Amino acid sequence: MIRSEIIRDIAPILRDQLVVCNIGLPSQELHMIDDQASTFYMLGTMGLSSSIGLGVALAQDKTVISIDGDGSVLTNLGTLPTIANNVADNFILLIIDNGSYGSTGDQPTYAGQKTSLTAVARACGCENVVECQAVETGTVLQAALDSKKMTVIVAKCESGNIKVPVITKDPVVIRDRFMTEVAR
Amino acid sequence: MSVSEKIVADFVTNGIEFVTTVPCKQLGGVIDAVEKEPSIYHIPSNKEDEGMGLCAGAFMGGKRPAIIMQNTAIGVTVNTLVTLTQFYRMPLPMLISYRGELKEPVACQVEMAVHTKALLNQLNIPTYHFHKPGDEQELDAILKYTFMCNKPVAILTDATFWGGY
Repeated sequence: MIRSEIIRDIAPILRDQLVVCNIGLPSQELHMIDDQASTFYMLGTMGLSSSIGLGVALAQDKTVISIDGDGSVLTNLGTLPTIANNVADNFILLIIDNGSYGSTGDQPTYAGQKTSLTAVARACGCENVVECQAVETGTVLQAALDSKKMTVIVAKCESGNIKVPVITKDPVVIRDRFMTEVAR
Repeated sequence: MSVSEKIVADFVTNGIEFVTTVPCKQLGGVIDAVEKEPSIYHIPSNKEDEGMGLCAGAFMGGKRPAIIMQNTAIGVTVNTLVTLTQFYRMPLPMLISYRGELKEPVACQVEMAVHTKALLNQLNIPTYHFHKPGDEQELDAILKYTFMCNKPVAILTDATFWGGY
């Protein structure tokens, strides 16, 4: 399975939650598969999906799922100690780990080589870290939602991309409709 | 009330409830005062762009944010300021220690100081400079301005303002 197949699988779970979605293809894929006002699409700023999601989770009570990638987490590795030390039980970080920088042409990441983001997250102090295979992502995500405990999920999948259109929505529209869903 | 306590009192008056900080000797007193203020969630960040991500999230979650950092951070955060804070039109007061100004003992700090205002100007970021004791009287108005216009706003505070090192 590749990332877009995971996103297609979990879209029915995501649609009822606040979602912060990683820059590039992940956002474009989710936008094409099941656009929801409750999703904040990142159009820039690689690496900050987890930081933005944690900020939303700490500021209010609804559950927030940040969809991130292995490359993006490596870009902002300092996020994992911040998450570990600021526990928000309404926050789930879903790292779709395909071992490559998908949006830029599938260059390999270190997460696909010697580095285990699961081990890194645990070493940073994250208490509920679950590594799973792509096909299990929906089950693991639903279990994390049901547990009401802050959870980091590392979903291992194959690298590869599908053709998707870019998101042309105005950023202020994306932000405003997301905030409306937060306040609903 | 110390200057640091006055600054945090202005944060509270303006509804700021979420503050991220990256350590700074000059702003140590403000960081301590933030930590002590019960109405503020203080979340130290490991890098300033991470902190701006946290602030963007907190704002969308319904809490007014602020970031406390050094001017060296302007070099770190240009992309985040432009493609997150400005692109999505979010307010962000940035209380910044302006290292490398008069009374600076460390030469390397000057190298970033000479670029600080030029970069902020290039980014069209409204910039205020606290240079003399008493300049903090404007902070309340600056914070109101920031949340009125939904922009990142820089408040540079130099060594002369803080009474030297």
